[in-house]
Amino acid sequence: MTPDEQDLIRKRQRDRARLMALLLGGFVILMFAITIAKMSINQ
Amino acid sequence: MLSLARLVRTGSPCQPILGQGARNGRRVRDSCDSRDVKHVLSKGWRSRLGFLGFSNRRQPLIGAPVTSLLVPAESIIPASSRDLFALTKPRVMSLVVFTGLAGLLAAPVAVNPVLGFAAVLCIALGAGAAGALNQWYEADLDAAMKRTANRPLPAGRMSRQTALHFGVGLSVFSVVLMDVAANHLAAAILAVSILFYVLVYTVWLKRRTAQNIVIGGAAGAFPPLIGWVAATGEVTLLPLLLFAIIFLWTPPHFWALSLFVKSDYANAGVPMLPVVAGVSTTRRHILLYTLPMTAAAVAPWALGLAGWIYGFASIAFNAAFLILALGVLANRATEPAAMKPEKRLFAFSILYLFALFGALVADRWLVA
Repeated sequence: MTPDEQDLIRKRQRDRARLMALLLGGFVILMFAITIAKMSINQ
Repeated sequence: MLSLARLVRTGSPCQPILGQGARNGRRVRDSCDSRDVKHVLSKGWRSRLGFLGFSNRRQPLIGAPVTSLLVPAESIIPASSRDLFALTKPRVMSLVVFTGLAGLLAAPVAVNPVLGFAAVLCIALGAGAAGALNQWYEADLDAAMKRTANRPLPAGRMSRQTALHFGVGLSVFSVVLMDVAANHLAAAILAVSILFYVLVYTVWLKRRTAQNIVIGGAAGAFPPLIGWVAATGEVTLLPLLLFAIIFLWTPPHFWALSLFVKSDYANAGVPMLPVVAGVSTTRRHILLYTLPMTAAAVAPWALGLAGWIYGFASIAFNAAFLILALGVLANRATEPAAMKPEKRLFAFSILYLFALFGALVADRWLVA
């Protein structure tokens, strides 16, 4: 594998890791909001 | 800049081998790993296809030059997030999200905005997952069609395994989240819609019968039903009519498209109606399906389930749809360049669905 290929692979991995972090953060916020919404409905 | 296509090529030096199997019309595999280049050639497939009948096996690709049938070797480079997004068929998803949201907003109950957002998100994710699994299964077909050849899998920018994992993971996630955010019934219908699109339409029907989009169209008709059930927890007459509208709208919509991209479908071996039954039969069938579609579309107003805004919009847009379908019927052209009525109907059919469901929501919020 050439250095160019290795660089591209690392760049893709970084991009995907960043995206995954964002998605996980969004998921946590969404689950929190759903929980609060359900609690308010049940009250 | 480093060319990904070059990386893909250098990633696998395999070349296809056209042997006796190709000449005999059987599926051919190259001498390399089965994940690499695959192509199929066949002759005499028309004789195996009945107009309405089912063939007992997956149809092979036919007619296209060998080079266009190649599915490039899978990339050794991780897929980009842009390609993962493209795997979800975002343009199709926009219509799914809109109709799902319309079903949710048309329901006669107040929906918590967070739960409503979560439900629509689940519908979008479920549609994206189904799209990803569809592309995973149809990579060979997509490679043979100009319209789809640049998708991540046929272009070799993503491995099939990545697409499969992405599709299955997203499917499970969307159904579980729907169950948490809405209710069991909405989650169950979402699961059924994903399975229907992948197993019934993609795997079973698409390559076997000209009725593929008639039956398979049901998969795209689920979103307003899911949206309604997510809001109310029950299935009533209006969401069933919304389901029927999209179900009956799908054949004229896709047949209009397939008329002017007929050669693409023929080259890929997809037994779309114009390929199997001819152009004039398809034009008659477009009108044939437009009539019950208009009846289903006007029914919510006629039955008193929707108000005057929807009634006016449904009559106006269905009249326009009918006129355009008659224009398609009157057209005698066989060349795509002369198929302006078909292109007009296809473009209008998208607007039609947006307008109809938009009018339903406007009716519910402005009149009710």
